[in-house]
Amino acid sequence: MSRLRLTRAVYAAIRAHGEETYPHECCGALLGRTTPEGWQVEAAVRAGNTRTDSAHNRYQIAPAELVKIEREARGRGLSIGGFYHSHPDHPARWSETDFAEAHWLGCVYVITAVERGKAAATNSFLLAGTTEEDKQFEQQEIDVIETDEPLEAQFESKRA
Amino acid sequence: MTIYIPTPLRTYADGKDIVEVNAGTVRGALEELTRTFPDLRKHLYTGEGKLRAFVNVYLNDEDVRYLPAKEATEVSAGDTLSIVPSIAGGR
Repeated sequence: MSRLRLTRAVYAAIRAHGEETYPHECCGALLGRTTPEGWQVEAAVRAGNTRTDSAHNRYQIAPAELVKIEREARGRGLSIGGFYHSHPDHPARWSETDFAEAHWLGCVYVITAVERGKAAATNSFLLAGTTEEDKQFEQQEIDVIETDEPLEAQFESKRA
Repeated sequence: MTIYIPTPLRTYADGKDIVEVNAGTVRGALEELTRTFPDLRKHLYTGEGKLRAFVNVYLNDEDVRYLPAKEATEVSAGDTLSIVPSIAGGR
C-alpha cells in the first residue's frame, strides 16, 4: 500500500474545513513534493465549491481557481499533489461520482467523513493507472508528520 | 510562449512542468507541444481530435473555450497557457 505523508497542521486543516462547511462539501488542493514513497503534502489550499446547486453531495473547483492555485504552488516550489473534499454524513470512501470525475492520475484524493458536523474518518486514495481507461483508486496509508517547524500549512487562495 | 503542464501529464513531457513553444495561436502552441511530446496527445485529445471535455486550457486567466476565436486565438511570446484537468466529485 502506498503512503501519503502530510503534516499535522495540514491534516487538522482539511478536517476543520469539512466541519466549517457542513452540511455542505468542502474542497481544496494539496500542495507538496513527490518522494520515492509517494506524495509529501506541505500545504492545503482551500477552494470554493462551485456546485452551489447541490453542495451537500457534490463539489467542483473552478478551473480558473485551479490556475491560480497552481501558480501559487509554483511560486512556493511545490506541485499540486492532489485534492481533498468532505462527505457530509457519508463514509470516507470514494463514490462513483468521485471516480468518474477523477482525472489527476498519480495524484491523491483525500476524503473526510463529517458526521453531524464533526470530522470522523479521513482516507486517502491514489488515482493509479496511466489512462482514463485503466485508472483506479488505491487506498493509501496516511502518515501524519508531527513537526514544530513553522509551516504555513494553510492559506486562502487568492481569488479574482 | 510558456505552457504549464499539470502534475499528471508531466510524466509524458519528460517530467517538465514548463515547456516553451513558438506559436501564433493557441492551437499552434498545443500542436507544437504534442509534436514535441507525442505521448501527451491521447491525454489531451479524443480519438476525433477534440480536446477532452475534462481538459481545461487557459490562456493567461481566460478559458480558451470562451474566447471569441477559441483555439484560433492569437498568442504572443509573453502569454502563458495552463492545461488544467477538471476537479469535481461528491458522495
